[in-house]
Amino acid sequence: MSEAMRTVKFKIYRFNPEVDIKPTMKDYELTIPDKQDMMLLEAILRIKAMDDSLAFRRSCREGVCGSDGMNINGRNGLACVTLLSALKQPIELRPLPGLPVIRDLVVDMKVFFEQYAKVKPYLINDEPPPAKERLQSPAERKKLDGLYECILCACCSTSCPSFWWNPEKFIGPAGLLQAYRFIADSRDTAKVERLEALTDPFSVFRCRGVMNCVDVCPKGLNPTRAIGHIRSELLAEGN
Amino acid sequence: MVRSATSLTGNGVRDWLWQRVSAVILAVYTLFILGFIWFTPQLDYVAWFQLFQGIGVKLFTILAALSLLTHAWVGMWTILTDYVKPAYLRLILEVLVIIALFLYFIVAIAIVWSV
Repeated sequence: MSEAMRTVKFKIYRFNPEVDIKPTMKDYELTIPDKQDMMLLEAILRIKAMDDSLAFRRSCREGVCGSDGMNINGRNGLACVTLLSALKQPIELRPLPGLPVIRDLVVDMKVFFEQYAKVKPYLINDEPPPAKERLQSPAERKKLDGLYECILCACCSTSCPSFWWNPEKFIGPAGLLQAYRFIADSRDTAKVERLEALTDPFSVFRCRGVMNCVDVCPKGLNPTRAIGHIRSELLAEGN
Repeated sequence: MVRSATSLTGNGVRDWLWQRVSAVILAVYTLFILGFIWFTPQLDYVAWFQLFQGIGVKLFTILAALSLLTHAWVGMWTILTDYVKPAYLRLILEVLVIIALFLYFIVAIAIVWSV
Protein backbone atom coordinates (compact mmCIF):
# COMPACT_ATOMS: atom_id res chain seq x y z
CA MET A 1 0.00 0.00 0.00
CA SER A 2 1.35 3.41 -0.95
CA GLU A 3 2.01 6.00 1.74
CA ALA A 4 -0.66 8.70 2.25
CA MET A 5 0.46 12.06 0.93
CA ARG A 6 -0.61 15.66 1.59
CA THR A 7 -0.18 18.90 -0.30
CA VAL A 8 1.28 22.00 1.31
CA LYS A 9 0.42 25.29 -0.35
CA PHE A 10 2.82 28.23 -0.60
CA LYS A 11 2.67 31.80 -1.86
CA ILE A 12 6.17 33.10 -2.41
CA TYR A 13 7.25 36.65 -3.19
CA ARG A 14 9.00 36.78 -6.53
CA PHE A 15 10.83 39.82 -7.81
CA ASN A 16 13.79 40.22 -10.09
CA PRO A 17 14.43 43.98 -10.37
CA GLU A 18 16.36 43.45 -13.61
CA VAL A 19 13.32 42.16 -15.50
CA ASP A 20 10.17 42.59 -13.37
CA ILE A 21 8.26 45.86 -13.15
CA LYS A 22 6.70 44.92 -9.83
CA PRO A 23 6.78 42.00 -7.40
CA THR A 24 4.28 39.13 -7.64
CA MET A 25 3.23 36.33 -5.31
CA LYS A 26 3.71 32.96 -6.99
CA ASP A 27 1.79 29.84 -5.92
CA TYR A 28 3.63 26.60 -5.25
CA GLU A 29 2.42 23.22 -4.06
CA LEU A 30 4.59 20.66 -2.37
CA THR A 31 3.53 17.05 -1.87
CA ILE A 32 4.96 15.37 1.19
CA PRO A 33 4.13 12.19 3.14
CA ASP A 34 1.14 12.76 5.42
CA LYS A 35 2.92 11.90 8.63
CA GLN A 36 6.14 13.70 7.80
CA ASP A 37 6.99 17.10 9.21
CA MET A 38 10.00 19.19 8.29
CA MET A 39 11.52 22.59 8.75
CA LEU A 40 10.35 25.31 6.40
CA LEU A 41 13.84 25.58 4.89
CA GLU A 42 13.70 21.95 3.77
CA ALA A 43 10.38 22.66 2.06
CA ILE A 44 11.84 25.73 0.31
CA LEU A 45 14.81 23.65 -0.85
CA ARG A 46 12.35 21.14 -2.36
CA ILE A 47 10.49 23.98 -4.09
CA LYS A 48 13.86 25.21 -5.41
CA ALA A 49 14.42 21.73 -6.83
CA MET A 50 11.19 22.22 -8.82
CA ASP A 51 11.85 25.88 -9.73
CA ASP A 52 15.52 26.75 -9.64
CA SER A 53 14.84 30.42 -10.41
CA LEU A 54 13.76 30.97 -6.77
CA ALA A 55 16.45 32.90 -4.86
CA PHE A 56 16.97 32.77 -1.09
CA ARG A 57 19.87 32.62 1.36
CA ARG A 58 20.67 29.68 3.64
CA SER A 59 23.71 28.05 5.09
CA CYS A 60 23.94 26.16 8.38
CA ARG A 61 20.33 24.87 8.49
CA GLU A 62 20.28 24.93 12.29
CA GLY A 63 19.58 28.49 13.44
CA VAL A 64 23.19 29.51 13.91
CA CYS A 65 24.28 31.38 10.78
CA GLY A 66 21.27 33.68 10.53
CA SER A 67 21.17 33.55 6.72
CA ASP A 68 17.58 32.44 6.10
CA GLY A 69 15.71 35.22 7.90
CA MET A 70 12.47 35.92 6.05
CA ASN A 71 8.91 37.04 6.60
CA ILE A 72 6.86 33.90 7.22
CA ASN A 73 3.07 34.39 7.25
CA GLY A 74 3.62 38.04 8.20
CA ARG A 75 6.16 37.40 10.94
CA ASN A 76 9.94 37.49 10.66
CA GLY A 77 11.74 34.26 11.48
CA LEU A 78 14.35 31.74 10.41
CA ALA A 79 13.09 29.17 7.90
CA CYS A 80 15.49 26.53 9.24
CA VAL A 81 14.02 26.51 12.77
CA THR A 82 10.36 26.95 11.81
CA LEU A 83 8.32 23.75 11.63
CA LEU A 84 6.12 23.40 8.56
CA SER A 85 3.31 21.95 10.69
CA ALA A 86 3.21 25.13 12.82
CA LEU A 87 2.28 27.31 9.82
CA LYS A 88 -1.15 28.16 8.47
CA GLN A 89 -1.63 27.54 4.75
CA PRO A 90 -1.08 28.93 2.23
CA ILE A 91 2.32 29.71 3.71
CA GLU A 92 3.23 33.23 2.60
CA LEU A 93 6.93 33.89 2.29
CA ARG A 94 8.24 37.40 1.74
CA PRO A 95 11.67 39.01 2.08
CA LEU A 96 12.55 40.75 5.36
CA PRO A 97 10.59 44.03 5.35
CA GLY A 98 12.17 47.46 5.02
CA LEU A 99 15.33 46.47 3.16
CA PRO A 100 15.85 46.73 -0.64
CA VAL A 101 15.13 43.47 -2.42
CA ILE A 102 18.00 42.12 -4.50
CA ARG A 103 15.94 39.21 -5.76
CA ASP A 104 12.98 37.17 -4.42
CA LEU A 105 13.72 36.49 -0.72
CA VAL A 106 17.23 37.97 -0.83
CA VAL A 107 17.55 41.48 0.62
CA ASP A 108 20.38 44.00 0.61
CA MET A 109 21.59 44.10 4.23
CA LYS A 110 24.13 46.90 3.70
CA VAL A 111 22.35 49.45 5.91
CA PHE A 112 21.82 46.81 8.63
CA PHE A 113 25.54 46.05 8.80
CA GLU A 114 26.45 49.76 8.59
CA GLN A 115 24.42 50.31 11.76
CA TYR A 116 26.06 47.26 13.34
CA ALA A 117 29.54 48.62 12.50
CA LYS A 118 28.66 51.99 14.11
CA VAL A 119 28.57 50.46 17.60
CA LYS A 120 32.15 49.13 17.21
CA PRO A 121 31.16 45.54 17.96
CA TYR A 122 34.54 44.43 19.25
CA LEU A 123 36.37 44.62 22.57
CA ILE A 124 38.28 47.87 23.12
CA ASN A 125 40.88 47.72 25.87
CA ASP A 126 43.78 50.16 26.00
CA GLU A 127 45.55 48.37 28.84
CA PRO A 128 48.50 46.08 27.99
CA PRO A 129 47.27 42.56 27.34
CA PRO A 130 48.08 40.05 30.09
CA ALA A 131 50.23 37.02 29.31
CA LYS A 132 47.28 34.66 29.05
CA GLU A 133 43.82 36.24 28.95
CA ARG A 134 41.68 39.04 30.37
CA LEU A 135 39.80 37.47 33.26
CA GLN A 136 36.21 38.03 34.36
CA SER A 137 34.41 36.96 37.49
CA PRO A 138 31.44 34.61 36.96
CA ALA A 139 29.14 37.54 37.88
CA GLU A 140 30.76 39.82 35.28
CA ARG A 141 30.53 37.09 32.66
CA LYS A 142 26.86 36.49 33.51
CA LYS A 143 26.02 40.06 32.46
CA LEU A 144 26.76 39.07 28.85
CA ASP A 145 24.18 36.29 28.82
CA GLY A 146 21.28 37.20 26.55
CA LEU A 147 23.52 39.60 24.62
CA TYR A 148 26.32 37.63 22.98
CA GLU A 149 24.05 34.99 21.43
CA CYS A 150 22.80 37.27 18.63
CA ILE A 151 23.38 35.74 15.17
CA LEU A 152 22.67 38.96 13.20
CA CYS A 153 19.82 37.44 11.20
CA ALA A 154 18.16 40.91 11.12
CA CYS A 155 14.71 39.50 11.99
CA CYS A 156 14.46 42.06 14.83
CA SER A 157 15.65 45.21 13.09
CA THR A 158 13.52 44.53 10.00
CA SER A 159 10.40 44.10 12.13
CA CYS A 160 10.99 47.42 13.92
CA PRO A 161 8.92 50.39 12.63
CA SER A 162 11.56 52.85 13.87
CA PHE A 163 14.16 51.03 11.78
CA TRP A 164 11.83 51.10 8.76
CA TRP A 165 11.38 54.89 9.02
CA ASN A 166 15.00 55.78 9.89
CA PRO A 167 17.32 52.95 8.81
CA GLU A 168 20.24 55.34 8.31
CA LYS A 169 19.86 57.03 11.70
CA PHE A 170 18.39 54.55 14.18
CA ILE A 171 20.88 51.80 15.01
CA GLY A 172 18.10 49.26 15.43
CA PRO A 173 17.58 46.49 17.97
CA ALA A 174 20.31 44.15 16.65
CA GLY A 175 23.00 46.85 16.69
CA LEU A 176 21.90 48.17 20.09
CA LEU A 177 21.92 44.68 21.62
CA GLN A 178 25.56 44.44 20.52
CA ALA A 179 26.28 47.99 21.72
CA TYR A 180 25.14 46.97 25.20
CA ARG A 181 27.02 43.67 24.97
CA PHE A 182 30.28 45.72 24.95
CA ILE A 183 29.07 48.48 27.31
CA ALA A 184 28.31 45.74 29.84
CA ASP A 185 31.61 43.91 29.32
CA SER A 186 33.92 44.37 32.33
CA ARG A 187 36.98 43.96 30.07
CA ASP A 188 36.04 46.87 27.80
CA THR A 189 37.59 50.26 28.63
CA ALA A 190 35.68 52.38 26.10
CA LYS A 191 32.35 52.49 27.93
CA VAL A 192 32.26 56.31 28.17
CA GLU A 193 33.11 56.80 24.48
CA ARG A 194 30.57 54.14 23.49
CA LEU A 195 27.84 55.91 25.49
CA GLU A 196 28.80 59.35 24.16
CA ALA A 197 28.38 58.06 20.61
CA LEU A 198 24.77 57.12 21.42
CA THR A 199 23.51 60.37 22.99
CA ASP A 200 21.87 61.86 19.89
CA PRO A 201 18.06 61.79 19.45
CA PHE A 202 18.14 59.00 16.83
CA SER A 203 20.70 56.25 17.54
CA VAL A 204 19.03 54.86 20.69
CA PHE A 205 16.13 57.16 21.47
CA ARG A 206 14.20 56.42 18.31
CA CYS A 207 13.21 53.15 20.01
CA ARG A 208 9.57 53.61 21.00
CA GLY A 209 9.31 50.33 22.89
CA VAL A 210 7.16 48.57 20.27
CA MET A 211 8.93 45.29 21.21
CA ASN A 212 8.48 43.61 17.82
CA CYS A 213 12.19 42.75 18.18
CA VAL A 214 11.51 40.71 21.32
CA ASP A 215 8.52 39.05 19.70
CA VAL A 216 10.38 37.78 16.63
CA CYS A 217 13.93 37.04 17.86
CA PRO A 218 14.60 33.38 16.91
CA LYS A 219 17.15 33.15 19.73
CA GLY A 220 14.71 34.42 22.36
CA LEU A 221 16.78 37.55 23.10
CA ASN A 222 15.43 40.82 24.44
CA PRO A 223 16.84 43.88 22.63
CA THR A 224 14.26 46.19 24.25
CA ARG A 225 15.68 45.35 27.68
CA ALA A 226 19.23 46.04 26.42
CA ILE A 227 18.06 49.40 25.02
CA GLY A 228 16.54 50.18 28.45
CA HIS A 229 19.89 49.39 30.07
CA ILE A 230 21.67 51.72 27.59
CA ARG A 231 19.21 54.51 28.49
CA SER A 232 19.85 53.94 32.19
CA GLU A 233 23.61 54.02 31.61
CA LEU A 234 23.28 57.25 29.58
CA LEU A 235 21.27 58.85 32.40
CA ALA A 236 23.74 57.61 35.01
CA GLU A 237 26.64 59.02 32.98
CA GLY A 238 24.79 62.35 32.84
CA ASN A 239 25.01 62.69 29.08
CA MET B 1 26.33 60.07 16.39
CA VAL B 2 23.49 61.53 14.31
CA ARG B 3 23.36 65.31 14.32
CA SER B 4 20.02 66.98 14.78
CA ALA B 5 19.43 70.72 14.68
CA THR B 6 15.70 70.84 15.30
CA SER B 7 15.10 68.53 18.26
CA LEU B 8 14.31 70.19 21.60
CA THR B 9 17.82 70.00 23.02
CA GLY B 10 19.77 68.31 20.21
CA ASN B 11 20.53 65.55 22.68
CA GLY B 12 18.54 62.31 22.89
CA VAL B 13 18.96 61.82 26.63
CA ARG B 14 17.83 65.36 27.46
CA ASP B 15 14.88 65.23 25.02
CA TRP B 16 13.85 61.90 26.53
CA LEU B 17 14.17 63.25 30.07
CA TRP B 18 12.24 66.45 29.30
CA GLN B 19 9.43 64.45 27.75
CA ARG B 20 9.15 62.26 30.84
CA VAL B 21 9.45 65.08 33.40
CA SER B 22 6.80 67.08 31.53
CA ALA B 23 4.56 63.97 31.44
CA VAL B 24 4.77 63.67 35.23
CA ILE B 25 3.90 67.38 35.69
CA LEU B 26 0.94 67.01 33.31
CA ALA B 27 -0.24 63.88 35.15
CA VAL B 28 -0.08 65.66 38.53
CA TYR B 29 -1.89 68.71 37.11
CA THR B 30 -4.60 66.49 35.61
CA LEU B 31 -5.11 64.74 38.97
CA PHE B 32 -5.25 68.14 40.68
CA ILE B 33 -8.00 69.41 38.33
CA LEU B 34 -9.92 66.09 38.52
CA GLY B 35 -9.65 66.25 42.34
CA PHE B 36 -11.01 69.79 42.29
CA ILE B 37 -13.96 68.73 40.10
CA TRP B 38 -14.63 65.69 42.30
CA PHE B 39 -14.41 67.40 45.68
CA THR B 40 -16.13 70.71 44.87
CA PRO B 41 -19.79 70.49 45.99
CA GLN B 42 -21.07 73.25 43.68
CA LEU B 43 -18.99 73.46 40.53
CA ASP B 44 -19.90 76.83 39.05
CA TYR B 45 -18.19 79.93 37.68
CA VAL B 46 -17.48 81.27 41.18
CA ALA B 47 -15.73 78.05 42.23
CA TRP B 48 -13.48 78.08 39.13
CA PHE B 49 -12.86 81.82 39.57
CA GLN B 50 -11.80 81.34 43.20
CA LEU B 51 -9.53 78.42 42.28
CA PHE B 52 -7.66 80.37 39.62
CA GLN B 53 -7.32 83.50 41.77
CA GLY B 54 -4.62 81.78 43.83
CA ILE B 55 -1.11 82.60 42.63
CA GLY B 56 -0.06 78.97 43.26
CA VAL B 57 -2.72 77.63 40.89
CA LYS B 58 -1.81 80.25 38.28
CA LEU B 59 1.86 79.26 38.39
CA PHE B 60 0.99 75.53 38.41
CA THR B 61 -1.25 76.07 35.35
CA ILE B 62 1.50 77.94 33.51
CA LEU B 63 3.96 75.20 34.45
CA ALA B 64 1.49 72.63 33.06
CA ALA B 65 1.11 74.68 29.84
CA LEU B 66 4.91 74.86 29.55
CA SER B 67 5.10 71.10 30.10
CA LEU B 68 2.49 70.56 27.40
CA LEU B 69 4.55 72.74 25.06
CA THR B 70 7.71 70.72 25.77
CA HIS B 71 5.97 67.35 25.66
CA ALA B 72 4.10 68.13 22.44
CA TRP B 73 7.20 69.45 20.68
CA VAL B 74 9.31 66.34 21.46
CA GLY B 75 6.40 64.13 20.33
CA MET B 76 5.57 66.11 17.18
CA TRP B 77 9.26 66.37 16.24
CA THR B 78 9.56 62.59 16.56
CA ILE B 79 6.46 62.00 14.43
CA LEU B 80 7.55 64.48 11.76
CA THR B 81 11.08 63.07 11.52
CA ASP B 82 9.60 59.57 11.27
CA TYR B 83 7.02 60.19 8.58
CA VAL B 84 7.89 63.37 6.62
CA LYS B 85 10.99 62.63 4.60
CA PRO B 86 11.35 65.73 2.31
CA ALA B 87 13.42 68.12 4.47
CA TYR B 88 11.79 71.37 3.25
CA LEU B 89 8.25 70.05 3.89
CA ARG B 90 9.28 68.80 7.33
CA LEU B 91 10.79 72.19 8.18
CA ILE B 92 7.57 73.99 7.15
CA LEU B 93 5.49 71.63 9.31
CA GLU B 94 7.92 72.01 12.22
CA VAL B 95 7.65 75.79 12.03
CA LEU B 96 3.83 75.55 11.93
CA VAL B 97 3.85 73.30 15.01
CA ILE B 98 6.18 75.70 16.85
CA ILE B 99 3.95 78.69 15.98
CA ALA B 100 0.80 76.81 17.08
CA LEU B 101 2.37 75.69 20.37
CA PHE B 102 3.71 79.18 21.06
CA LEU B 103 0.30 80.74 20.42
CA TYR B 104 -1.38 78.17 22.70
CA PHE B 105 1.10 79.09 25.42
CA ILE B 106 0.54 82.85 25.04
CA VAL B 107 -3.24 82.33 25.10
CA ALA B 108 -2.91 80.11 28.19
CA ILE B 109 -0.96 82.83 30.03
CA ALA B 110 -3.46 85.50 28.93
CA ILE B 111 -6.40 83.43 30.22
CA VAL B 112 -4.78 82.53 33.53
CA TRP B 113 -3.61 86.10 34.21
CA SER B 114 -7.01 87.59 33.33
CA VAL B 115 -8.60 85.88 36.34
